[in-house]
Amino acid sequence: MRPVYMVSGGVSKFEKARPDATFQKMVKEAFDYTMGDVPRLKPSMIDGSVGSYFSDHFTRQLMAGIMATDYLGLCPKPNKRVEGGGATGGLCFQAGWESVASGRMDVCLAFGFETMSHVQTWKGNEFIALASDVNFDYPVGGFYSGYYAMMVNRHIHEFGTTVEQMAMVSVKNHMNAYNNPYAQKRKRLTIQDVRNSAMVAYPLTLLDICVMSDGAAACILASEDMAFKLTDRPVKITGVGTGTDMMRMADRPHGEVILAPNEKKSDYRNLKYPGVHSFRAGRSAGLQAYKMAGIKDPIKEIDFVELHDAYTSSEIQTYEDLALCKYGDGGKFVEEGHPFMPQIDYGLKLKTKGTIPVNPSGGLIACGHPVGATGLMQAVFAFWQIQGTIKKHYGSAELQLKKANRGLIHSHAGTGTYVTVSIMERGW
Amino acid sequence: MAKKIDAKTINAPRHNPAAKLDEIMTGTTVFNIPFPKDLNALKTMSPIIIKHPYYVEYIHSYGQDSPFFAGLANKKLLGTRCGKCSYTYATPRLHCTKCGKETKWVELPQEGRVHTFTTCYFGSEEFLKDTPFHLVLVEFDGVDTLFLTRLIGVEGPEDIKIGMKIRAKFRRNSQLKPTDVYFVPAG
Repeated sequence: MRPVYMVSGGVSKFEKARPDATFQKMVKEAFDYTMGDVPRLKPSMIDGSVGSYFSDHFTRQLMAGIMATDYLGLCPKPNKRVEGGGATGGLCFQAGWESVASGRMDVCLAFGFETMSHVQTWKGNEFIALASDVNFDYPVGGFYSGYYAMMVNRHIHEFGTTVEQMAMVSVKNHMNAYNNPYAQKRKRLTIQDVRNSAMVAYPLTLLDICVMSDGAAACILASEDMAFKLTDRPVKITGVGTGTDMMRMADRPHGEVILAPNEKKSDYRNLKYPGVHSFRAGRSAGLQAYKMAGIKDPIKEIDFVELHDAYTSSEIQTYEDLALCKYGDGGKFVEEGHPFMPQIDYGLKLKTKGTIPVNPSGGLIACGHPVGATGLMQAVFAFWQIQGTIKKHYGSAELQLKKANRGLIHSHAGTGTYVTVSIMERGW
Repeated sequence: MAKKIDAKTINAPRHNPAAKLDEIMTGTTVFNIPFPKDLNALKTMSPIIIKHPYYVEYIHSYGQDSPFFAGLANKKLLGTRCGKCSYTYATPRLHCTKCGKETKWVELPQEGRVHTFTTCYFGSEEFLKDTPFHLVLVEFDGVDTLFLTRLIGVEGPEDIKIGMKIRAKFRRNSQLKPTDVYFVPAG
């Protein structure tokens, strides 16, 4: 395997609906932005592409990947579609990494999109719920917010996590997005706002849950030689990990915790793992990526995280899976302020701010979640963060972290069914 | 039942600037739309949005899991147990995910405990008519995995506690769906 770098990225602004554009046009917007950021790169230098979108139902078009590819003018070069539920974008990013790491391509485009506005919200929830077992789970009341509500109720039971701690995640991510022009929801909220919004699935309210979006994102990945020819500030991908778990959460085992390098068996004497309170796939993906990147103590060795906060609860659960804190301490972790940005005023009293900023972009909750684009959007925002080019791309440096040499991106599907973790580092 | 309204209620301002009609999918059939003489003006044209129905009847087989649904129709809750490692599945699978060996069908107890729960106030379109409804994962003694089902006989989430005993009930007229079984508080 040879080293792989990201050299450019672009995102179409995520919106509730983009009736003015088909998916091809949205991908083209992201692609053109990406190309514009590396003028030395000509389309003829791109060896091929990988494309991702989650749902054939939303698209109502099979082989949409090739339609985006031909719109971009990348035929007859290689292309394939990558799909894995909510982690579709993260899997696509890693498929791009594989294409370059293997030597098959020197320059690979990874693009993704989703067109969720093409059905009403409740039909959209039905389409998403079809990504649960249609024989045993979907007919009982298939609804992902319901599944996540059950998981967090067990997390609350095991660890004493509170709904106020969950609400703090929502306040944080909406507030971060306030300074991100690409975000769909830019709001100053209070914990009370989150708790007073409509109850969707107890205890998750409307503001604990991400929204549906139309949008696209694109990344250019390159070999070392090409990366330094194209840009002075390439970002190196130093670790990738992909985890899986049983589709039906009812089938998840109740065994022993898979230990991170900074944990010991005695930390978890009475914990049955993963049960439905934790994501074994997230832990597995994280540990693979840490091992590859040589990370022993993630909270000390990573500067920021862009993770898949489809729910405020899953952000808390993911702090634990990624070993940013011990299992059970996720609620306390956010309450103490660790994942907040040091320079932003959230209107909250926080003991320690900015230990490891999580979702500086605003995450899915505020930026939106056009599924096939989401994991790539995280890569683009992390890439700009590490390059130090937030001001250039956001129009303000408000969200630029002082130290952003190494970031982690995390993409997550189903009830924790596919999870990808990739580590990105300053490469110059 | 009509709400009781007194003079005080009528006099209080009841303005909600956020009030909004729900979008509906009915509309007017259109056979023609305006068109500009100048083709350059087409770039500023509003998008055309049409309704696109999609309805499919599948010939869906439950395959090797069929006995589970036959069991529900006969008021039996069936799981599977691995012949080699004895791991027992509340939601059946014909092959053990731990050791790969074929499992055998076993009857599950019809009483279990709430492992976790939620109350859904919204849902997928198909289930909106049922809201609010309660989902629970059931744990059974001697069984290693859980079972997803609906709980009825409770009002709200405050009536459901993790660990509470619940009991299976079956529809008399089977729909051959996993909802042929549902649970109630054990009483």
